[in-house]
Amino acid sequence: MSGDSAASAPGRSGGRPGRPVGPGTAASRWRHLFDGDLLQGGVQGSPVVRLVMRWVRRPLLPVMRLWRRNIQLKVVVTTLLMSLGVVLLLGFVVIGQVRNGLLEAKVKASQSQATGGFAVAKQQAEQAVSVTGEEGTAPDGRPSQSVIQWMSDLVASLSSGGQGAFDVVTLPAGGDSGSGRGPRASGGVNPAASVPAALRERIGTGTGAAQSYTRIVYAEKDKGSQPALVIGKQVNDPNGDPYQLYYLFPLTQEEKSLSLVKGTLATAGLFVVVLLGAIAWLVVRQVVTPVRMAAGVAERLSAGRLQERMKVTGEDDIARLGEAFNKMAQNLQLKISQLEDLSRMQRRFVSDVSHELRTPLTTVRMAADVIHEAREDFDPVTARSAELLADQLDRFESLLADLLEISRFDAGAAALEAEPIDLREVVRRVVSGAEPLAERKGTTIKVVGDQQPVVAEADARRVERVLRNLVVNAVEHGEGRDVVVKLAAAGGAVAVAVRDYGVGLKPGEATRVFSRFWRADPARARTTGGTGLGLSIALEDARLHGGWLQAWGEPGGGSQFRLTLPRTADEPLRGSPIPLEPKDSRRNRGLDDAGLQRGGDGEKRATVPVNRSGAEDRAQSARDPLGPRPGATAPTADPTALPGNGARVVARSGSTRMTPGAAPGTRGGTGDGAPDGADLPAAGGEGGDGAPRGAEKDGEATRGR
Amino acid sequence: MKGRVLVVDDDSALAEMLGIVLRGEGFEPSFVADGDKALAAFRETKPDLVLLDLMLPGRDGIEVCRLIRAESGVPIVMLTAKSDTVDVVVGLESGADDYIVKPFKPKELVARIRARLRRSEEPAPEQLAIGDLVIDVAGHSVKRDGQSIALTPLEFDLLVALARKPWQVFTREVLLEQVWGYRHAADTRLVNVHVQRLRSKVEKDPEKPEIVVTVRGVGYKAGPS
Repeated sequence: MSGDSAASAPGRSGGRPGRPVGPGTAASRWRHLFDGDLLQGGVQGSPVVRLVMRWVRRPLLPVMRLWRRNIQLKVVVTTLLMSLGVVLLLGFVVIGQVRNGLLEAKVKASQSQATGGFAVAKQQAEQAVSVTGEEGTAPDGRPSQSVIQWMSDLVASLSSGGQGAFDVVTLPAGGDSGSGRGPRASGGVNPAASVPAALRERIGTGTGAAQSYTRIVYAEKDKGSQPALVIGKQVNDPNGDPYQLYYLFPLTQEEKSLSLVKGTLATAGLFVVVLLGAIAWLVVRQVVTPVRMAAGVAERLSAGRLQERMKVTGEDDIARLGEAFNKMAQNLQLKISQLEDLSRMQRRFVSDVSHELRTPLTTVRMAADVIHEAREDFDPVTARSAELLADQLDRFESLLADLLEISRFDAGAAALEAEPIDLREVVRRVVSGAEPLAERKGTTIKVVGDQQPVVAEADARRVERVLRNLVVNAVEHGEGRDVVVKLAAAGGAVAVAVRDYGVGLKPGEATRVFSRFWRADPARARTTGGTGLGLSIALEDARLHGGWLQAWGEPGGGSQFRLTLPRTADEPLRGSPIPLEPKDSRRNRGLDDAGLQRGGDGEKRATVPVNRSGAEDRAQSARDPLGPRPGATAPTADPTALPGNGARVVARSGSTRMTPGAAPGTRGGTGDGAPDGADLPAAGGEGGDGAPRGAEKDGEATRGR
Repeated sequence: MKGRVLVVDDDSALAEMLGIVLRGEGFEPSFVADGDKALAAFRETKPDLVLLDLMLPGRDGIEVCRLIRAESGVPIVMLTAKSDTVDVVVGLESGADDYIVKPFKPKELVARIRARLRRSEEPAPEQLAIGDLVIDVAGHSVKRDGQSIALTPLEFDLLVALARKPWQVFTREVLLEQVWGYRHAADTRLVNVHVQRLRSKVEKDPEKPEIVVTVRGVGYKAGPS
């Protein structure tokens, strides 16, 4: 029970408290980050950071949950991301290729155009020289008016060949813009801004042609710029002075083509990605739908709707899954219905036997009573026979009733009729019912803890039967000493403990008392009319309530039987308000089995408080293997400690010394107990999972479950 | 004292034995072994009480019980071999006032029969009010706005017991003792079933009872008048 609840349910984003905080390496920290710790509550550090992280991750939580739970979403998103990457890579490669192809042709054409242009410029300069001779340059070194004119003509003539296909720009060589040969350009191009400085420098230092990409800037501001290839060369004017001649080839057309290609590729890529996502969605759906169906069907099956089946179409793997699943479901259904039939048959049988036996028994009973009434008229032998007949009929009746009750439990036909009852009422009735017997035995029955109401949802008839059994047993085995009935309520549980100070229980007997027809000492004469089934029925009654019925005892020190019930019927029990081992047990009083004060060695156990906390309890169980006393035998599992028995027992007693008075005849219909508190006092009040575990470790405790 | 008892049981030995015991206690038993003939015998003998075995050939005991209850308020005590919840509750719901589980002791049976018969006697002139009901104890009638409501003697006793002490909360055990005459605590299902039956007759809305109010965890009390 507790083990299950410790594991966080799937889908719950539980914190992970056990994570080491300190010496985590950076790598592991990163791994945690990728694990999604950051989003799942694994944030460590200052409260402020944690607060911020919580605030950040709150809106993300539903998304994270969807991500964790939905495989279809995972696959589709992964497919989308991966295909997006592939398409992007492919797009870049294709665009690069296209651009290279387009530009290569353009560059070649431009180069030949420019080479031609440079040749023409050179030629015209030579012509001009031959026409004008040496008079082109003024003595002060300034370019003459004719050179300026010549250059303008040159630009016009060169550019006239390619209206719109290219523009021509001249720039003065080097930094001598002051020489008067200002920059010129065709087609309204801003000459200085359109030629990159790096290219000008390159041309100024070399003699060959060079090229570069640039943007053409126009003199008119609102015309915008356009990409271009610029090829330039340093040539001489008619005066022999160098100047730079550039050809600018606009790449508008190429850019248009390229953007067309880009657009097409992007559209196609988008389609591909979306289509791939859709395909992935469809494909995954084919697989996931049957899986989800299987999950749904399995859930309904486990909810008891056994006729649920999966739809199977085709012969593929999914169909095989469906077939196997259906086969499993069918076999389950078959087995369950077989068991149900069996149970029904047994129930029917019990019911029939009950009826068939009881009707004649009623007749016999009445006849015996009539005879018994009239026994005074008979001779002594017949009269005594009539008495015996009546007495044994009583016994026979109660045996039959108990047998039928047990088989009703075995057939699973016992039904709980729980309603809120005050256990004090029940105890009062039980005690007053047991008074006559107690008086005969010279026993006083004390009730403790009945100041407060002790209310629980329970079946009054069954609880009363259990308590009557416990009290009557305690009185019968109490050897005339007091019997204490203690009530308590705490947490989600209520408990009634019945303590006697009689012969007690021998080691290992604390579980066997609940076995059917078990007797502590078969040789012992039977003085009371117990059927040997009382405690078995009581255990079943407790179990039906989801409660516990446990026994503790020590030889010669009496015993305590404790019934623990959950306060509400559907609540699991976690502990009991009353410790199983009473405070006045020998061990708790620090006495040994002979009733003598224990001496020094390691007898600290006697001071262990009865209401230990869970931690102390664990410590206790850790100490146990050391063996509390010399002569302690190794723990041996009791064969009756099977789940069906409800008993978890390791008999752990080293009590070889036994009081003389305790040895003969421990109790009859009841049982046995590990002497030195093999019980589990901490079961109550600790409210944790210590009780069941402890019960297995060191208890004679019996768990009704 | 009136003492005609109709024994409906198919087991001849048991019927004969019942006859011996009942005659010994001063009752006048008559017998019928078949469920189909039970109703006719009932009309013919007009018993003061019916002892009815639940398992009968022909019509089963539950059905017989329902038929008798449909035309008479005569006390019916079921004999049952099954103490299972379902059987007992079904028997009580079909109209039986009490039940006794086989095997029983003769004294127990006789005590139960006497308790049921005693109820039908001792009329005391008394007028009680519970909720909007007016109870005439002597006249054995319950009226709401002049409309008379038909109750069996047991249901009437139950209502009167509650109405006599409207300030008191009755535990089921106390009701068992006062109405059924049990000395020791017995099956409280008797009380539950009969309270349900009573409510179905006297409450305006049995889902929200105003006459017989449940006090959770304790028992029942009369509603405010």
